[in-house]
Amino acid sequence: MIPRHFFIAVSVLLLAVLGMSLYAWHMRGRAAIGPVASIDTRPVVPPVAGPTEQVTLFVAYDDIGVLHAQSARIPLPSVRQQRAEELLRALVALYLDKSSPHPLPPGADIRNVYLVDPGLAVIDVNAAFADGHRSGVLTEELTVASLIQTLAANLPGILKVKILVEGKQRETLAGHADLSGFFDVSAINQLTTQLQSTQ
Amino acid sequence: MRSINRSRKSRGWMIGRSTGELLTAAVTARSGTPGNGHQDLRVLCGFRGKWVVGILLFFAVLLVSGAAPEKHLSIYSTAANYSLPVVQRQGRDYVALLELLDPLGTVSAKSAPPRWRLHFNNVLGDFTVGQSHARIQGRDTELAGKFLLENGRGLVPLASLNSLLPHFLGGPATLHQESARLFIGGIATHFTASVSPDDPSRLIFRFTAPVNPSVATEPGKLRLTFNREPLTAPASPTLTFGSKTIPSATYSENNGAAAITVTTTLSLLASFSPDGRTITLAPAKSQPAASAPGATAPGVNAQGVSAQGVNVQGVNAHGATATRPPAAAPAQSNATVQSPAAIPSASAPRRYFAIVDASHGGDDRGEALSSTLAEKDVTVAFARRLRQELENRGIPTLVLRDSDADLSLDDRAFFANTTHAAVYIALHAASNGHGVRLYTALLPYSGDDDRGPFYSWTTAQSSSISLSQAAAASVAAELKKQQVAVRTLTAPLRPLNNIVTAAIAVEVAPPGSDLSQLASPEYQQLVAGAVANGIAAIRAQLGAAP
Repeated sequence: MIPRHFFIAVSVLLLAVLGMSLYAWHMRGRAAIGPVASIDTRPVVPPVAGPTEQVTLFVAYDDIGVLHAQSARIPLPSVRQQRAEELLRALVALYLDKSSPHPLPPGADIRNVYLVDPGLAVIDVNAAFADGHRSGVLTEELTVASLIQTLAANLPGILKVKILVEGKQRETLAGHADLSGFFDVSAINQLTTQLQSTQ
Repeated sequence: MRSINRSRKSRGWMIGRSTGELLTAAVTARSGTPGNGHQDLRVLCGFRGKWVVGILLFFAVLLVSGAAPEKHLSIYSTAANYSLPVVQRQGRDYVALLELLDPLGTVSAKSAPPRWRLHFNNVLGDFTVGQSHARIQGRDTELAGKFLLENGRGLVPLASLNSLLPHFLGGPATLHQESARLFIGGIATHFTASVSPDDPSRLIFRFTAPVNPSVATEPGKLRLTFNREPLTAPASPTLTFGSKTIPSATYSENNGAAAITVTTTLSLLASFSPDGRTITLAPAKSQPAASAPGATAPGVNAQGVSAQGVNVQGVNAHGATATRPPAAAPAQSNATVQSPAAIPSASAPRRYFAIVDASHGGDDRGEALSSTLAEKDVTVAFARRLRQELENRGIPTLVLRDSDADLSLDDRAFFANTTHAAVYIALHAASNGHGVRLYTALLPYSGDDDRGPFYSWTTAQSSSISLSQAAAASVAAELKKQQVAVRTLTAPLRPLNNIVTAAIAVEVAPPGSDLSQLASPEYQQLVAGAVANGIAAIRAQLGAAP
């Protein structure tokens, strides 16, 4: 015969275990449906201010598959590396606009641009830039040519460009454009000439 | 292993015995030949009479006819063509890996449960029972199911062969999983079919390598079954000829074999050219040699029942007219290896002028053209169509990806280079824009110059870039003739820059705003025809493969 007090104690413990299990299950469910960590958009550096400069952006147009040179006035810092970053961010901002002629995925951004002598530029884009990029030979090529030609046209002396995604090498942008090697700026210059015509 | 093979052969023969044979044997026994069997039957008849015998016969027939045919995997390679049994385990198809690799090189296995180590030439594979991955040359490879070990034999899921074999063989392997056919390397036999221009009742099949199919007939149909040839699908599985007497032919694959079924309203004779590369189907009355006594044999359908009015005649590879045996497909023995000498069609590698590469494949779907249409599916359909068009123009063509296999870019380049073809054509499809875009390589910046006879991998295309541009220009001109919108560009698109011969990429977009036209046979045919014309026009300049 099980003593009465022992029976009551075990019952209370079982109830406590059950209650805690239910609470844990409830909390787990809440955690699962909670907001996914979104991209942190808080500024970490002060916005670039000061006098604006005229630059040339090479803007892609998907509808006719061309790249057009376009003048713009943007504030640029004096340091060459920061100028490169601001230049490309201005280009990406244009593509992120609702009326973009060449839409990039939401959250796409330039993380860093490194200028390494002699003549090497490394463009580091974020994961959202590549992961959500539309697939297709021409679509991807327009993005690559737009970035490189904009950089090379406004910062003379760049001979080759490497594109990284989140600081790492990636085989292709979205299944087609090869990112494994270094882009030859003179070859991109010729490509830009081809892409400025629809023929 | 040998004893296992022998016992399996015996089992195959028992299963292979036709229902008709068993019925004949049973009826012979019942009709009474002197001997013990006859005595037993008389005793049996004394108890229950004919009903018991009838019921027994019924169940015997039911048992045999209900037995599913044993599934097997046909393997085609330049070294040997052979077949292996496929076994069902855990709801999946499995094959024995050692037996599969055995005819392809030096192989040995060491079993120390739960581990199983396989040496193939210089490649070491490490498998563990119950694990869904293996280590090959120190690199992890996923399997489509758990590795199994039975009596020292390592079994791998059939679906894993596409990804597993390239690690061992150092080249692509293409598995047609549904039909259990495995193509190793670039081996493939293609065919074209056309009605003779002078006689619409004659259908001519032309093959890229000698073939020796079994021929079977049934009312209204003639079937060529290719058990040993690496026959691959034409652009469309159904071929129509616009002939009243031979309206169409259908290509199909099943259980390790390929078949072409010709629908016809006539009694047909199949005659084989001396080189085994051409089969002509013609009405029986128009075949003079066929009327000679003994030169024809009654057609026999797959069930062994004679088809009325359909004759089959064959000419063997040496040019002698021969009566073909009844065309019931010979029972394919398990794990029997055809020596290379026995099958010249398979053993003699073909020199290809063009390599057509259907981009993407497997997990790499390419662009999602619509909710149901993936780029990888459009490219493979277009590749088959282009192959047909090129072959029609006398250009030997290999499709690099003829199934849903996933090939790496390095593998594609490696394979295209080692084939020594004169031109490489990569196919892509896109939803944006319209018409066709032709690309040649945009070579990367490279400080690595070619060293003597060795090319830099990243800029291997540099020596052939002018030839590639000429090929692109020729194709563009032909597309313009067909009034297809076309642009010629350079692109940083691998593996174009790794190819040592002329290399172009063709990106096909819909002709207008309707995306569904991208998959339409008419549009694909128009583009494929123009691309083939462009390649044919520059054939002399591209020259013979080096």
